[in-house]
Amino acid sequence: MAKIQLNGKKVVIKSKYSILDLLKKYNLTNKKIAVEHNGVIVPKVFFKKKYLKNNDRLEIVHFIGGG
Amino acid sequence: MEDNLKKDIFKVAGKSLKSRLIIGTGKYKSFLETAKAVKASGASMVTVAVRRINILDKKKPLLSDYIDPKKIIFLPNTAGCYTSDEALRTLRLAREMGGWKLVKLEVLGDKKTLYPNMIETIKSTKILSKEGFKVMVYCTDDPLLAKKLEDNGASAIMPLASPIGSGLGLQNKVNISLIIKQSKVPVIVDAGIGTASDATIAMELGCDGVLINSAIAKAKKPILMAEAFRDAVISGRNSYLAGRMGKSHFAIASSPIKGLI
Repeated sequence: MAKIQLNGKKVVIKSKYSILDLLKKYNLTNKKIAVEHNGVIVPKVFFKKKYLKNNDRLEIVHFIGGG
Repeated sequence: MEDNLKKDIFKVAGKSLKSRLIIGTGKYKSFLETAKAVKASGASMVTVAVRRINILDKKKPLLSDYIDPKKIIFLPNTAGCYTSDEALRTLRLAREMGGWKLVKLEVLGDKKTLYPNMIETIKSTKILSKEGFKVMVYCTDDPLLAKKLEDNGASAIMPLASPIGSGLGLQNKVNISLIIKQSKVPVIVDAGIGTASDATIAMELGCDGVLINSAIAKAKKPILMAEAFRDAVISGRNSYLAGRMGKSHFAIASSPIKGLI
């Protein structure tokens, strides 16, 4: 078990949980998104290898309407 | 159509655009209304914002479900950013999302006027250009600062007509004209346009394009207003290319005097 901050919200995840696992959980694997892990952008190719640890901060962003 | 109109292609950072009208996708009632307005406007480029995904609502539709980024160019913006660091972070994330290099930079300086912070804007333009971004830059209508942006690698200069969302129209035609005359990159009037005729005026001055959001989204009938803007931009551009007649303080009769009975 690990506690992380996902888009500003506390989320509890299983141990040995990768970014890809998290994206699968939220149905985001085929979406146009970008991920920032502790302030660093994570390229898509590393989603599978990057495991989440306690107190990690994760931001997942997408495009919305804007002027 | 005359020859000079056929060759009148609008290019930004090497990309040819079918329309000189760029649409902002904020403030609409729904994604469906946004998509309909974009279609009615004939625009081939729309601005989009970068925000956190709502993780509590997995089924919430996305903008890209309604507007296809393969058909319409998405121009990621930095709306809501007040520092260079925030703007850089946003655009780097946008690039990561799908290779977007053509972006719109806006670094705001004041919450009440949403006036751009030009010091931070110039700083960001320089960094982004060095990182390989093609940066279209929202800015004040100061010709000197507009020139500074171009010198620092801006791909397009986007001076405000009046404050964002104000609908006050083009407030300083003289400055906009000066910026148009001195710029080697496209000049696109961004922010403050209130109604279709404002866009025509901007285009008649010789602007390369206009960016419209609130004037369409906040109209009573947004789809109809999108059509009005489509025509207004075409009319303004044609009028600019045609070259207006000279002005005179006195009347000059339209009918010949010769043969008068």
